[in-house]
Amino acid sequence: MNFLPVVLWTDILVYLLIILSSVLLIVMLKNPLQKNALLQLSQSKSGMISVLILMIFVIIGFADSLHFRLALNNNNNNQHQQHNSENIAKKYYSVEVLSLLDYALLPLKENTEKTYSAPLATNLSALEAQEITDENGNIKVNRIYPRLQFAGQHLSENFTQQQYYDDIKNIASKSFLYSCICWLIFVALIKFSTRNTTFFLNSKHSLVIALFIILNVIFLCVNFAEHYHVFGTDKIGQDVLYQVLKSIRVALIIGLLTTLALLPLSITLGVVAGYFKGWIDDVIQYIYTVINSIPSVLLIAAAVLLMQVFIDTHSQYFNTALERADLRLLALCIILGMTSWTGLCRLLRAETLKIRELEYIQAAKAFGVSSFTIIRKHILPNLTHIIIIQLVMDFSVLVLAEAVLSYVGIGVDPTMISFGTMINNARLELSREPIVWWSLVAAFSVMLILVLSANIFADAVRKAFDPKEKINI
Amino acid sequence: MLQYIFRRIFYAIPILIGVNILTFALFFIVNTPDNMARMQLGDKHVTKEAIEQWKINHGYNKALFFNEKENNISGKITNTIFFDKSIKMFVGDLGFSDDGRNIQREIQQRMLPSLTIALPTFILGILAAVSTALILSFFYKNGFYKLDFFGVIICILMMSISGLFYIIGGQFLFAIMLKLVPISGFGDGFFDNIRFVILPVLIGVIAGLGGSVRWYRALFLEEINKDYVKTAIAKGLNQKTIYFKHILQNALIPILTGVVVVIPSLFMGSLLMESFFGIPGLGSFTIEAIQSQDFSIVRAMVFVGSVLYIIGLILTDISYTLVDPRIKLN
Repeated sequence: MNFLPVVLWTDILVYLLIILSSVLLIVMLKNPLQKNALLQLSQSKSGMISVLILMIFVIIGFADSLHFRLALNNNNNNQHQQHNSENIAKKYYSVEVLSLLDYALLPLKENTEKTYSAPLATNLSALEAQEITDENGNIKVNRIYPRLQFAGQHLSENFTQQQYYDDIKNIASKSFLYSCICWLIFVALIKFSTRNTTFFLNSKHSLVIALFIILNVIFLCVNFAEHYHVFGTDKIGQDVLYQVLKSIRVALIIGLLTTLALLPLSITLGVVAGYFKGWIDDVIQYIYTVINSIPSVLLIAAAVLLMQVFIDTHSQYFNTALERADLRLLALCIILGMTSWTGLCRLLRAETLKIRELEYIQAAKAFGVSSFTIIRKHILPNLTHIIIIQLVMDFSVLVLAEAVLSYVGIGVDPTMISFGTMINNARLELSREPIVWWSLVAAFSVMLILVLSANIFADAVRKAFDPKEKINI
Repeated sequence: MLQYIFRRIFYAIPILIGVNILTFALFFIVNTPDNMARMQLGDKHVTKEAIEQWKINHGYNKALFFNEKENNISGKITNTIFFDKSIKMFVGDLGFSDDGRNIQREIQQRMLPSLTIALPTFILGILAAVSTALILSFFYKNGFYKLDFFGVIICILMMSISGLFYIIGGQFLFAIMLKLVPISGFGDGFFDNIRFVILPVLIGVIAGLGGSVRWYRALFLEEINKDYVKTAIAKGLNQKTIYFKHILQNALIPILTGVVVVIPSLFMGSLLMESFFGIPGLGSFTIEAIQSQDFSIVRAMVFVGSVLYIIGLILTDISYTLVDPRIKLN
């Protein structure tokens, strides 16, 4: 083995989340009502396109959740020596924890320039003094934009503007060609593999066009990233594309794990309050009114500050900076969950109050079915649509909230790359001369794509699952 | 009516006590005064004496709930951190911040600047959202489905854009590029302030538009499909009466639930707006407190915020009776 797997806390929860959601999907497919809703969801054009885009985000996020430490290269001499058992047993691993995504983007991660450079640029966007000795031996200081170290290397030393444009055109047309080929293969595969056109081809036209655009974007990024910095570089010369891709995992984790954290609390309390009524209901209502009445930002701020104190005073628990940042992310998810469970809880309570008066519950009670069984078999299945709709709608809100919280200083660890920290670091760059717009624009636009597709998906889900939903969009 | 209000205020007291105990638990039991002192004093190598001194200076050197050292029973209860820091809040004594400022006076001074941003944003925001939503539902009802659909798409797009983008983009466009208004700041006097206030208000209105238009539109459409609207159309009422007298008034009840409750909280200001535009209001006060980890201010703001929220809840109930004669308070 050339690597040592490292499993962070959030990684475990990501795997758990994937297992849970696939179990949920299987359970839902068994229930005819929900299977029908899922089929209806698959008919929705905008819904399926957003699923396609979200899948790409999820794949990137998942690749970023597989962490490991690479083995350090042994001395070359060792290879020629005889292997003794001791030597094999002792392997050294790098202290730096990489993810699969990091490994794939290793060139992007490590090719850092000196400072800012614009997207697809060949030169830095900051002037630098360069000493030139002319033939008389006088030293002249020239202020120039120096060439980048890792971008446009394949161009000659003194390339003309025309050569540069030709190169860009070349790469663009190459990636267009690739994506066309890839797209044709995909379409053919789908066409031949699905005899009964239930799932994908019902919404074929728009979906296939969306696939084409997505493939184009991916190939453009990949092909340009080989020779250029696609979104430029930031203040310390890091590639912005790499940062944006790294941010996706944090956004997904905040959006998904928070819901995982709030689910148990809001489901149990909501259902119990609605089903048993009386003093239990009063107590639970009291608890959520208290939590609701505290301004949520302040409650989150208080909890995050306290957590920060805990982390500072217990630094011996954390071996690496990554572990510390990871635990802070997890704690942030839990805190967000603890402060935002009240909304779902209230909805579930109201719905349970309605359901418990229906005849079939009364019949079950008359037969002597226990309360627990009634809740499990008769009430919970009738609440799933509310839970699913609320979770999907919360996701986009949480992704947007992360950026704001990081700006306020109560978000993720400042060393962790996320949309919030990217925006926070770059917000003063617009007043620079020349304007540095690319890291802000990159962060905002990728966030927009993620949140927009999540919102459209949420609409499609609501339309498919909500029995009351009759109005367009 | 008056009796009802008194009863609601009476009901609010246990909630406030709950808030108080929760924040006390968060700030003093989970996080001991020792930790607080260590964090305020900076590095990790602070001496025990320095911590004790800091606790004495800030009144944290007492027992949490029950002071054994006092002689009489009232002293045992009153000379504690819980009494000093939490019970006194009920009579309006918010205490001092960790760097020695009087929180109460700070709040009084900063309320007005917060309100100059928050109030116009709130009013204009509601007006813009309600009228846009009415127009969209008018399109929907009269068969202009494409226009309505287009409007909804714009709303979803606007909802998906981060609030930070509106602020940063707006500042860049109007203050840096076009130089129409100053980037940030706050003057004194009403007319002097207009130029500072106009941009944050505009951005605040636009940033909130997408979500609220969509929600109000859904409410209006729900009303539009009801029978009384059909009757009104069959009767031959003109569109203006149908939309403003019938639909708007009936949809007002769910709108009020979301709107009235935030009115008292307007005093708290907006964290983002105030810190980006350099407005010396309560929002920037809070954000500074969070960033300098001043627990006393955060605790006081939590209390003030929840008091305002509860006032908002009471106001919501009262406003129902004003718009809906079917609801009687008892």
